[in-house]
Amino acid sequence: MKHLRLSPRWAPYALLAPFLLLFLVFGLFPLAFSLYLSFQSWEPTSGLAAMHYVGLDNFAFALRDEWFWKSLANTGWLALASGLPQHLVAIPLASFLHLGFKRWRNAVVGAYFLPYITSSVAIAILFSSLFSTDYGLINLLLALLREVPLLGALLPAQAVDWLNDPDALKPAISMIVFWRYVGFNVVLYLAALQTIPPDLYEAATMDGAGRLQQFFHITLPSIRPMIFFGVTLSVIGGLQLFEEPFILTGGKGGSDQAGMTAAVYLYRNAFDFNDFGAASAMSWLLFLVVALLTWLTNRAFRPRTR
Amino acid sequence: MRLAARTLVGICTSVGLLAGPAAAQQSITVAAFPAVDEIVRAALPAWQQLHPTVAVKVVSRELNDHHTAMTTALSTAVYLPDVMALEVGYLGRFAQGAGLEDLARPPYELRRYQARFVPYAFEQASTPAGAVLAVPTDIGPGTLLYRQDLLAKAGLGEANLTGSWEGYVAAGVKIKAATGAYLLAHARDMKDILIRTGIQPGEGMYFDKDSRPLVTTARFVRAFELARAVRQQKLDARVTAWSSDWSEGFKRGGVATQMSGAWLAGHLNNWLAPSTRGLWRAAQLPEGAFAAYGGTFFAIPRLADAANKPLAWQFIQLMTLNRARQLAAFKSQDAFPALLETYDDAFFDEPLAFLGGQRARRDWRTAAGQIRAVQVHKQDAFAREVIDTELDKVLERGKAIDRALADAQRLLQQRALR
Repeated sequence: MKHLRLSPRWAPYALLAPFLLLFLVFGLFPLAFSLYLSFQSWEPTSGLAAMHYVGLDNFAFALRDEWFWKSLANTGWLALASGLPQHLVAIPLASFLHLGFKRWRNAVVGAYFLPYITSSVAIAILFSSLFSTDYGLINLLLALLREVPLLGALLPAQAVDWLNDPDALKPAISMIVFWRYVGFNVVLYLAALQTIPPDLYEAATMDGAGRLQQFFHITLPSIRPMIFFGVTLSVIGGLQLFEEPFILTGGKGGSDQAGMTAAVYLYRNAFDFNDFGAASAMSWLLFLVVALLTWLTNRAFRPRTR
Repeated sequence: MRLAARTLVGICTSVGLLAGPAAAQQSITVAAFPAVDEIVRAALPAWQQLHPTVAVKVVSRELNDHHTAMTTALSTAVYLPDVMALEVGYLGRFAQGAGLEDLARPPYELRRYQARFVPYAFEQASTPAGAVLAVPTDIGPGTLLYRQDLLAKAGLGEANLTGSWEGYVAAGVKIKAATGAYLLAHARDMKDILIRTGIQPGEGMYFDKDSRPLVTTARFVRAFELARAVRQQKLDARVTAWSSDWSEGFKRGGVATQMSGAWLAGHLNNWLAPSTRGLWRAAQLPEGAFAAYGGTFFAIPRLADAANKPLAWQFIQLMTLNRARQLAAFKSQDAFPALLETYDDAFFDEPLAFLGGQRARRDWRTAAGQIRAVQVHKQDAFAREVIDTELDKVLERGKAIDRALADAQRLLQQRALR
């Protein structure tokens, strides 16, 4: 019986081949094609032969396009409004779960993580109902809270038109994104908290440090690398935000394009307005913005040397 | 044991050989979206009678997904169907390229059948260069659906709604005061109908034949002014079409009128608000306006399998030029026929229970004959978006109408020739 033997020289290539093949087809080729398209004018319904080279025309159009800038501004707003609270809430929440839920911790973490693994379509449909102006639970709850003395004065006097009012749409989307990803960050920070040696806390306790001092002087510095990782993911994810605003606004971006992120706009340019050249140029401009902000995040979290 | 196995192999081979001719059966693929796919499937027994050896594979996707898939298929010439259904809103972008067969040329020579179709629908699929890229199968004559009970409560009749647009708005004030119901779901609906009226021959809705934007013209100004009047008097429920609030508004009698295609009466009856049966009526649009809302076309991709094109064309003829098939689609799916020779059928004279026994199909037939063709443009989808955005700014933020339309004009100029 003769066995098929792989020479040690070729084995690494053979074992890596499936990944490399998939990466070439689904990773590298679309990237290269999108870069190629960004320099072409193309009427897609006429076939591939209908492309013609236009140089930097698509980039110039994108930079002149008011709606592209508007979508970038929307993206920045949503990334900040949904991303920052995720971390501000996830870090203390993870600390609380780490200390307070010894036995039931996994179950509680699972509950927080559930929105992250739930289908975006299901989430958006559910929130569309919750945000309904006349029949939604959120406005119903606000109406009940308006009856509470003092608190009522702080709330809007009428039902909020969450999905049609441009001023309300962005907060509505941010709430969903926050709700969805806060659990993911809690899991990240819980993992980081478990790597901190308990001896540090014991020593601090013996030195008379309180819970708050321990949090600021032991916990936060110890999980700094994880904060960097989590913030980087939030920056990249926030700038590529697509699913939630797309589904919640019926793929249109909402009234006054208040929910149209850069990712939604470039998708619409390609598939709604048939302008694949401009869409590709915008996607590369967006890539530059993501790269720049990731580099700035990296700089902000770089260890300081004195 | 070996003998048994050999016998089994022999039987299988014989069956395989006998089944050979059947396996070589020809087939065509029809790509469609909901409702049209049902109409196509319902036509398959008739097709099988004409072509017993040609199977039809129906590929169905949701409306947007279908048109996205068709764009991708045309761009790469991969997985192209033999017959492609197109919704009128997407016709502009598909007509711009060279991806569809010119059905005016041999062997199709569609212009021979032109007189058999509703004129505006046929014109809509024609390009300024004279090509005809798709065959109309159903149309959406515009109508004004209104709640007769709410009007009666306000002491109004149909004439109060249809005399003029200003009268329509004034009636809305009385309806709101007497019943609390909104005149219409969204002020945008008012704009949508008014920009469709008074379009000159050869013009598009947003662009002229030279791709110059038309959005600062009188019809846009009036559309915006009337929409603003509706909003200022709080006559619209501020809900967008097809949202849950929209359907709830119909179910609960919160909306007194809705301007739309005739097909909406069927949707209200079947699933949107069946409990309101008998309370609705249909009228022509105010001020003698006639407009189209929706419509479906069939096209043949230029790079589709050449061997299947004759069959694809025969299939399209069955769907569009066959009186029985057109009437069947009308009866089962409310697909208003584009084929004129169906218009003498008794079905048009039948009373509609949902509309309190009204014989509304006669009015819709009249409207179909009055609607003018509107030239489609590649940037129509973008233009619509821009106009909706500027209207929102007028309605929500008090932006001046002339400034809003000038801003829209500027954005459209940037894109018109892309």
